Amino acid sequence: MSFTMTPLEFSGITFCVSIGAGVLGSLLGLGGGIIIIPFLTLLMGIDIHYAVGASIVSVIATSSGAAAAYVRERMTNMRVAMVLELATTTGALTGAYLAGVIPVRWLYITFGVVLGYSALIMYRKRHQKEGEDVAPDALADWLRLHDSYFDEATGKTIAYRVTGTKLGLVLMYIAGIVSGLLGIGSGALKVPAMDIAMRLPIKVSSATSNFMIGVTAAASAGVYFARGEIDPFVAAPVMVGVLVGATAGSKLLGKINSVWIRTIFVVVLLYISLQMLLKGAHG
Amino acid sequence: MNPEVPAPTPEPDHPKEVGNAVGAEVGDDVENKVRTVEILISNLLRGGVVLSMLTVLLGTVLSFIHHPDYTTSKEELALLTQPGATFPHSIMEVFTDARAGHGQAIVIVGLVFLIATPVLRVAISIFAFMYQHDRAYVVITTVVLILLLASFALGKVEG
Repeated sequence: MSFTMTPLEFSGITFCVSIGAGVLGSLLGLGGGIIIIPFLTLLMGIDIHYAVGASIVSVIATSSGAAAAYVRERMTNMRVAMVLELATTTGALTGAYLAGVIPVRWLYITFGVVLGYSALIMYRKRHQKEGEDVAPDALADWLRLHDSYFDEATGKTIAYRVTGTKLGLVLMYIAGIVSGLLGIGSGALKVPAMDIAMRLPIKVSSATSNFMIGVTAAASAGVYFARGEIDPFVAAPVMVGVLVGATAGSKLLGKINSVWIRTIFVVVLLYISLQMLLKGAHG
Repeated sequence: MNPEVPAPTPEPDHPKEVGNAVGAEVGDDVENKVRTVEILISNLLRGGVVLSMLTVLLGTVLSFIHHPDYTTSKEELALLTQPGATFPHSIMEVFTDARAGHGQAIVIVGLVFLIATPVLRVAISIFAFMYQHDRAYVVITTVVLILLLASFALGKVEG
């Protein structure tokens, strides 16, 4: 790969693209890796290892940058986040032990299918009223997970009840294993799990996923750093751009209609699902 | 607990709903504590983000000042971003180089601040739940922190 840019041009372009990744990531509860990795590898010719290292940095930047606002505005359900982090961190540890045991190829195919199916369910339920007709869940009662948030788009405070805590924990455990093994897709699995199984409002799911992904990524960042896969020259413009984008995006989430957030999420989910299936197909 | 409140007052399930009921004082107290914790965690995240961003910016500016050819040469980028690019990997190296004013080492210090922020957030949450007298969540959060530190340690062994 021959380079046709100066380091200054590289930093400038990467910074601008990363702003977009930060906005999208903060709105959808994803880490922005879906933009950062293809951009760095395909367009900028960066080595895949450095691209993944930079995307881990991008996940933490999106998470901390957006969560500062979401926690203050009560969009994040911190109790749900803490309970589910139990499952994701256990899953990440399990994933570390399973590395090399499970064929990565089938993992990509399985999760491509799972994410595609989740996108379908979320699309069909996109007009569902939030926080209504929720089945009682004793565990959610005991853990006091129910809460409310102020929805700027409708000008209403929306009280919601949480259900399916056990199923949510199982799904988060699996999400933890997958992100431990593949290093991607943790947010893409977390949001549908909270949305479909636990019936959290989409904005709360997104903000809570945002809050959680930083912790999971920080755990793996240590490994990438020790392996020398976090190149400071690649990571710096990504980090600064994503922080600017996530801060801006976190001001937008409240104002956008929930149906829109769901629709954008479904489209992005289908794209990730396709990416995973292709990776699985090519081996 | 609060000595002025009669003994049988139950722990409020939903602080906001209890607000203007019989246990108003208890409700407000819980509500205030929850708010204090939210602001604390929000400020911690913001502080971590600002500190790490300023450090990374400082390091980047220094790199460009020390290497004026970064703005003109098209060969330099390969040396910085291709496999075999030289930058410090261990914490010791990073701090020695950063002290010497090496831009890229200072960038790494900023990245380390960024990585540390969510971990610190979990650690602070333990005290936050203690302050709210929420024993179940103190236990949950402590277990999460132990698992996190375990995965750090495990990563070191494997890496």
